[in-house]
Amino acid sequence: MSKTMEPDLQTPLGSSEAPKAWKHPSDHCMRGFVLDNRAALGTLAVFIVMMAVFMIANPTVFTSWYLYSSVLTTLPVALFVVVPLVFVVTCGEIDLSFPATMGFASWVFALVVQAGYDPFVGIAAAMVTGMLLGFLVGSLVVYGGLSSLIATLGMNFLLRGLIQIINEGRSTALTGLADSWAYKIFSSQLYGIPVQIFWAIAFVVLSALLYNRHRFGAQVKVVGDNPDSAQQMGIDVKRVRVKVFVFVGIGAAIAGTFSVMINFTWWPTAGDGYLLPVLASVFVGGTPTWGGIGTVVGGAIGAVTVSFIQTGVVAAGLSGFYVQFFNGLIIILSLLGHKWNQARYR
Amino acid sequence: MAERLIELRDISKSYGQVYALGGVNLSVDRGEVVGLIGDNGAGKSTLIKILSGVVKPTSGEILIRGKPVTGWSAARSRDAGIETVFQDRALAVQQTIVRNIFMGRELTGWLGWLKVNKEIAEASRLMREIGFTSKVFTPQSIVGQLSGGERQGVAIARAIYKKADLIVLDEPTTALSLTETAKVFHFVRQVRASGRSILFIGHNIHHVFDIADRFVVLDRGKVALSADRSEVKSAEDLINFMEDVAHPGGLAGLHDAGEQATR
Repeated sequence: MSKTMEPDLQTPLGSSEAPKAWKHPSDHCMRGFVLDNRAALGTLAVFIVMMAVFMIANPTVFTSWYLYSSVLTTLPVALFVVVPLVFVVTCGEIDLSFPATMGFASWVFALVVQAGYDPFVGIAAAMVTGMLLGFLVGSLVVYGGLSSLIATLGMNFLLRGLIQIINEGRSTALTGLADSWAYKIFSSQLYGIPVQIFWAIAFVVLSALLYNRHRFGAQVKVVGDNPDSAQQMGIDVKRVRVKVFVFVGIGAAIAGTFSVMINFTWWPTAGDGYLLPVLASVFVGGTPTWGGIGTVVGGAIGAVTVSFIQTGVVAAGLSGFYVQFFNGLIIILSLLGHKWNQARYR
Repeated sequence: MAERLIELRDISKSYGQVYALGGVNLSVDRGEVVGLIGDNGAGKSTLIKILSGVVKPTSGEILIRGKPVTGWSAARSRDAGIETVFQDRALAVQQTIVRNIFMGRELTGWLGWLKVNKEIAEASRLMREIGFTSKVFTPQSIVGQLSGGERQGVAIARAIYKKADLIVLDEPTTALSLTETAKVFHFVRQVRASGRSILFIGHNIHHVFDIADRFVVLDRGKVALSADRSEVKSAEDLINFMEDVAHPGGLAGLHDAGEQATR
């Protein structure tokens, strides 16, 4: 059948002009790579410049392993939520409820471990809790037709309030955790490097593949880009949207569990401090606010940048009062950089 | 007689108190080019959206190859072999050409991982097939960088990928240059020659007259005329008919109405 379509292919508009030796930028390996990843590379450049400034300011501290070791312990917790949030923002939504989901899922983990079960059972229970909470938040936003900005903010307060009411502010100590296999696998050190970072890197790599090489990522981008078109082409737009919230729920559950395993204690405030740094990381990383495009690797580099600001400012010898100022400065400079770096197509 | 590919029976659609369609019957046979004509607001776009599963009719029945369908949706419509090139083209402009061609129909292998290389190869083939010969763009170019005609090309490439039985073109020549319009007509003839069907929606009657085997005129949510090409002598016939439908009594009547309104 397609044969009948072939003879006339060169007409009426076809290639009357001779094919020129034109090279698309992406034909050239290196330039193509740079163009395709310019948001992530821009973020990396910001990070390198920032670290250079810190190193010049205080060489002794910034060449000592201790500083990096402490960042590598806490950074993974942030990475497990930054990466799913890149998916949410790409999908044209936002999720501010992840801190409470971290707290809630890790609470379930703490309860299961305290009840004498193996921590692996606790991790599984926390993941299921995270999935269910993500599904709840996502369904509320998508099927309830609510603004995700406000609805997830509400859910954050609601869930956190629930945790506080039931626990009345009491924390749970999990002293037995240190002897468990789960702790050795997820929270010990390997050659002096906190093992969490390896899990976080694996998570980032898997998510980047999911984002760029999987139907899920492809549909998330299309839905964020043009939901009407996606629907016209038969994509279940609502389902894709709910899925990204479920993904955040799973990431938040892992993050919450890791933070409990670092501290051997669950606090009713677990996850609270992550709201703003994590959001900042996503946007510093080069994912724009309007949806449709984004970068998982950029988000991860953004998270590294944001965690080093806090440690770096203090270590550089400035007082803690400067932390917020530098946080803000880096965010604004990154946004300006990305604005100049990416065109928005309409 | 050719196989009846699709039949819409007594389709109505109302938005609250407003009737967009009031009992429309429309059918397309295999290998047939049907021209759907109508003024703005006649209900053409609503009818197309119902056919493509984007909008659900208030009442009526849809039959595919003689069988009534239930749970009609955009995905079901595409699975049934109906591809629609929407008036707004339904593209995601920040994505690559490949991602747009395979939107909602990603080529996946194990566990939903994309077959990226196969998608790129297929996209290149499709782009060549529709005469998209520009060397400037590759399948991985961003659609936002393309001109209107080139974007239309991407939408058409998407529609022909699955060898659909029926391709619906909703106002495909709007905002296109003359050469690009000629290209669309060329495409329509190619599709008919390959034994597939086309539903061509337009408000330029000359355009529709040139390529359609059968004409359906829609007016205020109802079918005002359904005629084979042999029954219509010229495009002027159609234009006169449509003027009659829109303003019974002709231009004189229009004058009277205007005078009455000013009194």
